[in-house]
Amino acid sequence: MGFMVICSLYINKISILLSSHFCILTSRMSLFQVNVRDALNHAMDEELERDERVFLLGEEVAQYDGAYKVSRGLWKKYGDKRIIDTPITEVKTNTLAGVQSQHNISLSQYFELACRHLSSCAVTMVTRANQKPFFCISPQTVVFLENELMYGVPFELSEEVMHKDFVVPIGKAKVERQGTHISLVSHSRCVGFCLDAAAVLAKEGVECEVVNLRTIRPLDVETIEASVIKTGHLVTVEGGWPQYGVGAEICARIMEGPAFNYLDAPAVRVTGVDIPMPYAKILEDHSVPQIKDIIFSVKKVLNM
Amino acid sequence: MQKMLTIISNVLRGSARRNGAQVVSEAASLVVASRSYADFTPEATFDIKKVDLHRLEEGPPLTATLTREEGLKYYRTMQTIRRMELKADQLYKQKIIRGFCHLSDGQEACAVGIEGGITLSDHLITAYRAHGYTLTRGGTVREIMAELTGRRGGIAKGKGGSMHMYTKNFYGGNGIVGAQVPLGAGVALACKYLGNDQLCVSLYGDGAANQGQIFETYNMSSLWKLPIIFICENNQYAMGTSVERSAASTEYYKRGDYIPGIRVDGMDVLCVREATKFAADHCRSGKGPILMELQTYRYHGHSMSDPGVSYRTREEIQEVRSKSDPISMLKDRMLINNMASIEELKEIDIAVRKEIEDAAQFATTDPEPPLDDLCSHIFANDQPFEVRGATPWTKLTSTS
Repeated sequence: MGFMVICSLYINKISILLSSHFCILTSRMSLFQVNVRDALNHAMDEELERDERVFLLGEEVAQYDGAYKVSRGLWKKYGDKRIIDTPITEVKTNTLAGVQSQHNISLSQYFELACRHLSSCAVTMVTRANQKPFFCISPQTVVFLENELMYGVPFELSEEVMHKDFVVPIGKAKVERQGTHISLVSHSRCVGFCLDAAAVLAKEGVECEVVNLRTIRPLDVETIEASVIKTGHLVTVEGGWPQYGVGAEICARIMEGPAFNYLDAPAVRVTGVDIPMPYAKILEDHSVPQIKDIIFSVKKVLNM
Repeated sequence: MQKMLTIISNVLRGSARRNGAQVVSEAASLVVASRSYADFTPEATFDIKKVDLHRLEEGPPLTATLTREEGLKYYRTMQTIRRMELKADQLYKQKIIRGFCHLSDGQEACAVGIEGGITLSDHLITAYRAHGYTLTRGGTVREIMAELTGRRGGIAKGKGGSMHMYTKNFYGGNGIVGAQVPLGAGVALACKYLGNDQLCVSLYGDGAANQGQIFETYNMSSLWKLPIIFICENNQYAMGTSVERSAASTEYYKRGDYIPGIRVDGMDVLCVREATKFAADHCRSGKGPILMELQTYRYHGHSMSDPGVSYRTREEIQEVRSKSDPISMLKDRMLINNMASIEELKEIDIAVRKEIEDAAQFATTDPEPPLDDLCSHIFANDQPFEVRGATPWTKLTSTS
């Protein structure tokens, strides 16, 4: 019941999707090169086509084709009723809440928080193009945070993923790379860095398991625990600040759960530097985790 | 000789406003050698457009007096802003400037006119289209350009970038739409608390005018009679959305409801100056806030990633440029009234160009901030403290 709304706040780089369907997977085959922007565009197009009750609401999403061109072509295809430009207001969640009656209350506070704190709130991070289509479980509000640096990055997609009925479940992490010596748990842009670091470490005989969280809340603790139980070592990697961050939560949960007994060394967080983000390029590069930081941490944890 | 006199007398009669400059340039080559500064009109009074009033019996005067010195100063400052923004555009396209860059060419009269109506001991805060204001508030072109290129000589040491430039009594440079307005009220509260007869000018755009926090600010500043001038720089477009598509009421000067408002031609530096003086008097006399809407226009798109022509026509931009350009308007006024010669203004143009070139040279050759500075300047006047780096083993130090 209720309306399905895709609401995009590009100023805050947050997308919300509400849905009320179940969908199914199909067959496989060839590979397509798709960048994240196009994947998002494709996914929105599919949902808009599937259900008349779906609409896109946001700043500059219609005539401007989206602040980062993510909704390009959608207004031309679906028109004014389905693709709506809004004035610039940060708390339009209330508009959203007005439309979706049932599950807005608990989320609107969270969302207020998300609106105000750009860098430190996330629910689902879309960074790899194969996460494009979403999920479905009865009317739940989902907050999508998109890393704008990833919009232009291409990934290979199989035909299976390109199919309009392909979906990715919320709350399930994905093991992007199997490994045996250490678990690297990450989300968003840092997953790419973890994979790069894993490639470098593989040459030295260290096999890293890279886990892509995909969803921040609910956190897929089972997958993380299974990985830590397997490897005995954990490094979390994130772009945000250390204090009260995703890595902090993961470490706390590991401590409180069964996986702690399998740890051979303390779990460690690789995070952004604990400062306001500086502008100068050299400073910016050094205030986010770099591949060398991940490699350094892995070696420290493995006592190499 | 006869021909020369005819040309000059045509100019002095102010025959064709638009042709004034053209005619003068023909005469200039004949005349320049024999002109001395004593020949120039020291002061002239101009008719300016009547403003629209909201909850006010009287508005700013309908005439403005401009001295030669003021005229030359405004001309030079506006020309500096214009050339600086165009240079920033060029550097951005060469990828020497990166990230966000919002240019204000077309809106020079706002920055210069406002500064003409207040003093440097008053306060000002605006949003991200702030390069012009950084200049009028005391920044130098060198510092501003070096900040855009992210170098250590930048006005914020290279750490702020386009949207985070500050000088004394200028609070930026703010990225979150509309958030600077409540901050401005805070500054105004400080002025009232300290009883220093200063005021705060808080600017925002037509897009931000619909933000809830601005109405909260209207309420509190009115209730407490804070010395704040709200200024809405209405350049007709909020990113790509025109005012008709984003506001239920496009009469932004009335949106303060119980706050008196005036709507001013933001392309005429004298209009803006007189309106600002009027508003400043209103605040300083303890009457509380006042709202000014400046009707202006930006030639560039919203930011460097916006070509600016998908939601408006090139003809529209061209029309504004030819009919209402703030620099041309001032130039014509001064030439027609013999307040300056075309040669003199050309000299100013050349000097400005050189200043911008030097600044750009500095901005591209100055080194980036040192890595040791990564964590510094988080707090003011604090003891050095430890900052966690990217890993638990990376311990960095922050100094103030």
